[in-house]
Amino acid sequence: MMPTLFIVVVVVITAIAFDFTNGFHDSANAMATSIATGALKPRTAVLLAAVLNIVGAFLSTEVAKTISGGLVNEQLVTPAMVFGGLVGAILWNLVTWLLGLPSSSSHALFGGLIGAVIVGAGFSGVNFSVLISKILLPAVIAPVVAGLAAGLATALAYRITRIAQNKKTRSNFRHGQAITGSLVALAHGTSDGQKTMGVITLVLITGNFQAAGTGPQWWVVLTAGLAIGLGTYSGGWRIMRTLGRGLVDIEPAQGFAANAASTATILASSHLGFGLSTTHVCSGSVLGSGVGRRAPVRWATARRMAFAWLLTLPCAAVVGGVAAAAATAGTLGVVSVLVVLLAGSGAIWAVSRRSMVGHHNVNELPEVVLLTAHSADSTNRAAS
Amino acid sequence: MKINWSALGLVTIASLIATILVVGIFAAGVAAFSAADQRAVVGSPSQGLRALGYLCLAAATAVVLYGIYLIVPAFH
Repeated sequence: MMPTLFIVVVVVITAIAFDFTNGFHDSANAMATSIATGALKPRTAVLLAAVLNIVGAFLSTEVAKTISGGLVNEQLVTPAMVFGGLVGAILWNLVTWLLGLPSSSSHALFGGLIGAVIVGAGFSGVNFSVLISKILLPAVIAPVVAGLAAGLATALAYRITRIAQNKKTRSNFRHGQAITGSLVALAHGTSDGQKTMGVITLVLITGNFQAAGTGPQWWVVLTAGLAIGLGTYSGGWRIMRTLGRGLVDIEPAQGFAANAASTATILASSHLGFGLSTTHVCSGSVLGSGVGRRAPVRWATARRMAFAWLLTLPCAAVVGGVAAAAATAGTLGVVSVLVVLLAGSGAIWAVSRRSMVGHHNVNELPEVVLLTAHSADSTNRAAS
Repeated sequence: MKINWSALGLVTIASLIATILVVGIFAAGVAAFSAADQRAVVGSPSQGLRALGYLCLAAATAVVLYGIYLIVPAFH
């Protein structure tokens, strides 16, 4: 069946929506530690990260030719499956955002696609050895490598500056922290901005709206860059709070070491052919830096995060599979999936309003609470 | 199944070395500036310590520039 203009338009819009969630989900990776130590004011930080994300998205001239890196057989992928995969990824990103859990947007996208391809083309459409070597193993390795580097570097930094604990020292580390955080934002823009451009271009090519083998259209580059930038600017404050305050209290020297470890690990892995998730790297760095200066780490939060990482791929896959099953059935199926997506996103947003986290209160508490409205109710009841 | 263990090992070592190097150099610079300030307060200013601070800062800046070079594909 030839993909109609309708499904192509739907996929393009959904891909841009995913890019937006990608932006606010990963905003914390670059800026959480700088915001936590006061190196940058919250709104300045997200503006800086957003601009660097957009710049990063425009910087790279070479777009990844594959969206999945061999994870799924792209010959078998139809626009309806891509749509299903994106829906799974968006919903999982929103759920983890609601819970304030940093989880990998790439894993959500890959999970959604895997589910959609299994439903649409069978298990043979998925390359499981690539799944293990490129997704599962790196997910375990990334936080360990970054955490180890951050831990050792933090211990070293505190040792070197032991006799120099004063205001100016802390201010110097804050400057270093802002700079390394900016590098993370720039690197993030070049990799994740490209992903959505790849998705849109693939769908345009399968729909015969673009010649095979050509790069992304200028409007694709523009909208994808702006979408991820806008998403980053909106902040994802719930995740910011978990990463900046929830795992461990962050001091300037420690935040600098954590950001330096994140930057080094991301750059080393992307240039030595072993792609690591930015989210996993940055979370590992923050945790490791806390251990490195022997600060009390909230392991319960770390455990919750690890569970979210394990669940990301299968959960996005289930939603992606269900969505693809409906979407491949025809226009009515696509429309109903779209309605479910909008309703689900709306519901999640409505729940998030009950305990808002914004730039004004991101540093106030270490935890993202969901049921403040409920606990307020019970207090009222107790009072009356 | 093929797992690229050598790439994995290389990433680990490169990340560790780069992080420790950058943080170590920057921390040394910060400590040098602080020590220079203290010396100035007690009345025996040390140009050497201050110069060491700037040297460390320059080295850290060079590493950051190398990072930007790695990120921007147009450069290589």
